[in-house]
Amino acid sequence: MASANTTAPLVTVDGTPLKVSLARAKRRAKIRALILVAPLFLFIFVTFFIPIFSMLSRSVQNDIVADTLPLTTPLLAQWDVTSNELPDETVFAALAEDFLVASKAKTIGKPGRRLNYDKPGFSSMFRKTARKVKNFEPPYKEAFIAADKKWADIDYWRVLQRESSRYTDSYYLAAVDAGYNDAGDRVLNEPGKRIYGKLFWRTLWMSALITGLCLLLAYPVAYLLSILRSRTSNLLMILVLLPFWTSLLVRTSAWIALLQQEGVINSLLVWSGLLDDANRLAMIHNKAGTIIAMVHVLLPFMILPLYSVMKTIPPSYMRAARSLGATPSTAFFKVYLPNTVPGIGAGAILVFILAIGYYITPALVGGQSGTLISNLIAYHLESSLNWGLAAALGAILLAAVFALYLVYDKIVGIDNMKLG
Amino acid sequence: MKAVLTRTIIAAAVSAGMVSAASAKDLVVVSWGGAYTASQQKAYHEPYMAANPDINIVNDDSANSAVAKLRAMQEAGNVTWDLVDMVASDAMLSCDEGLVIEIDHNAELAAAPDGTPALEDFGDLVVSPCFIPQIVYSTTFGYRTDKVGDTPPSTIADVFDLEKYPGKRALEKKPVNNLEWALLADGVAADEVYDMLGTEEGVARALAKLDTIKDEVIWWEKGAQTPQLLADGEVVIGSTYNGRLFSVIEEEKQPVGMMWDWQVYDLDGWVIPANGKNEADVKEYLKFATDTQRLADQAKYISYGPARASSAPMVGKHDTLGIDMGPHMPTAPANAGNTLLYNYEFWADNVDDLTETFQAWLAN
Repeated sequence: MASANTTAPLVTVDGTPLKVSLARAKRRAKIRALILVAPLFLFIFVTFFIPIFSMLSRSVQNDIVADTLPLTTPLLAQWDVTSNELPDETVFAALAEDFLVASKAKTIGKPGRRLNYDKPGFSSMFRKTARKVKNFEPPYKEAFIAADKKWADIDYWRVLQRESSRYTDSYYLAAVDAGYNDAGDRVLNEPGKRIYGKLFWRTLWMSALITGLCLLLAYPVAYLLSILRSRTSNLLMILVLLPFWTSLLVRTSAWIALLQQEGVINSLLVWSGLLDDANRLAMIHNKAGTIIAMVHVLLPFMILPLYSVMKTIPPSYMRAARSLGATPSTAFFKVYLPNTVPGIGAGAILVFILAIGYYITPALVGGQSGTLISNLIAYHLESSLNWGLAAALGAILLAAVFALYLVYDKIVGIDNMKLG
Repeated sequence: MKAVLTRTIIAAAVSAGMVSAASAKDLVVVSWGGAYTASQQKAYHEPYMAANPDINIVNDDSANSAVAKLRAMQEAGNVTWDLVDMVASDAMLSCDEGLVIEIDHNAELAAAPDGTPALEDFGDLVVSPCFIPQIVYSTTFGYRTDKVGDTPPSTIADVFDLEKYPGKRALEKKPVNNLEWALLADGVAADEVYDMLGTEEGVARALAKLDTIKDEVIWWEKGAQTPQLLADGEVVIGSTYNGRLFSVIEEEKQPVGMMWDWQVYDLDGWVIPANGKNEADVKEYLKFATDTQRLADQAKYISYGPARASSAPMVGKHDTLGIDMGPHMPTAPANAGNTLLYNYEFWADNVDDLTETFQAWLAN
């Protein structure tokens, strides 16, 4: 070692300096490691990041109007919205030309649908006009208004001008119960139309409540599993896992059969005389039903991480605490509970995030209060085809989850989590 | 050993070759599954495949989310469906979006037996140039015969009358139909209903009427829910599709009765996806599957009315129950005293806006 410090640098057998050789070997190991993870990385990138990114980008993209009405859009951009006058004949002529081309290409319905999200009426207005446009003759302004009198309404033109830009904030506005008024200012919707804020809030607090209830129920079960002899605990574990292997719809329907007013539980209570026939309990098609069914469905996700953590806590810890004079409750709170925090953290995060995205169970057993934000995201994806709004709602939900995750990281610490 | 192996391989190859030579072209037909697909299978698919051994019809039961899936397929540039069954409002939406192709009804579909061209035979039911009507169904009410006393509900106002008929109701978790019924029960004339729903006051009035029963309503989302709720006795009255009620009453013999007052007619039919791979074969199939006889045949298996005027007189008996299907059709004169036709134009314009209002009303 001493010689290395004083004279020539260390060399390997073939004469290259040790430093270079080491670096080369390290680089090779790094490349090998990269090649090993590359397939996984690529897979996640292609199947996870790209789809999510492309879906979320729909929340601001707004090409339909500009692409379908290429002649009208630049002309309309020069129109003065505040003028309180309809655009002039050149705009109408360009619009007639655009309509003619687009109705031949069968694409004219798309901008109609798109604009209808912002102002009801566009859908029929575009469809009616497209049917008649091939017979249009100048003056086009009169021809359009004859086809549908909404073309004479300046509010429709304002929306058309605003939404012909290639990026829009109208989806995000809609997702927070806001929108543009007729004058073009961003305003909150009137109280009777505010829905998404309420549903975001309801989704969050119900998920939190369900997570808490899952923790309360899972903790003793996991503890029991962890202290029993393995033969007994394996048997119990099967009971925990059994619901996992049953279809979600079957489990939800089973709850309906149990909890409904003419159901098993109510009938038993009435039969045993504990309940009057006229006062059967309403346990389903309300919040209670949603909470019961969701807690049941999500319970294994809490039990399993808790169990895996509890299994590793040596029983001698508790014995030591007791022999040093701690009462059972002190020993539990000072010694046992802190040791299970990684399991609690992992279980809580799993259950909470799953609960936030649930929608089939609440839709079936939740009744009036069973609509959560994911139900409306599904509605906009599957029924209304308003994918922009669905993306905006999804992005907000994602951001909310990230924010909660950061808070969790601050409080509990993300390294302090054990999934199994 | 080697010889055996070789022989096996040759045999396998030959038989595979024979199969592929004899195997038919697959047409993927998307429909609703359950009893409905079964009725199409018996009335349309089986006779067609028997007559055309080179065609094999494959059922796909994803009609529930067909519009969204169709759009995803078009965006991905790989349309794997050949024919899709849709309710008329979805067909209009898909047509607007360019997801499905327009049809020349007279040229591409069979005329009625008396020579009436297809478009005339279907009449007003062709609500979109992309849409080929198949059935008329209705959303109407079923009630528990054992829980309504001696005077069963007979008018839409009875649905909203908690004193006369106490107990839970099942209504669909959508503004569609419920708002119309609320106004009708509130005494609005049928021809003014949609004008009224076009105004804020009209919507408020409908919601106020629904408020009177809001606490007693179980909101359903899937067509199977109301029949189940009625069979379990969870609700006294509930709205659902008339075919579902037919099967609860006639096939399962539950104590349930039909209340047809102000049933809302709606249409269901075929659309052909744009950029499909077998367009010519599908059109050939459709010419057969939507002719007068085939539409009348479907009514043997399910109680929905055939969309062609010329099919109505040919509706016969139920295939297994042997009962006359005529009186169970939503279009039968005894059932069609007060009827409302789903207003496609109104809902195409207002469904987004009113769904938001309705959901906000529900959440309050």
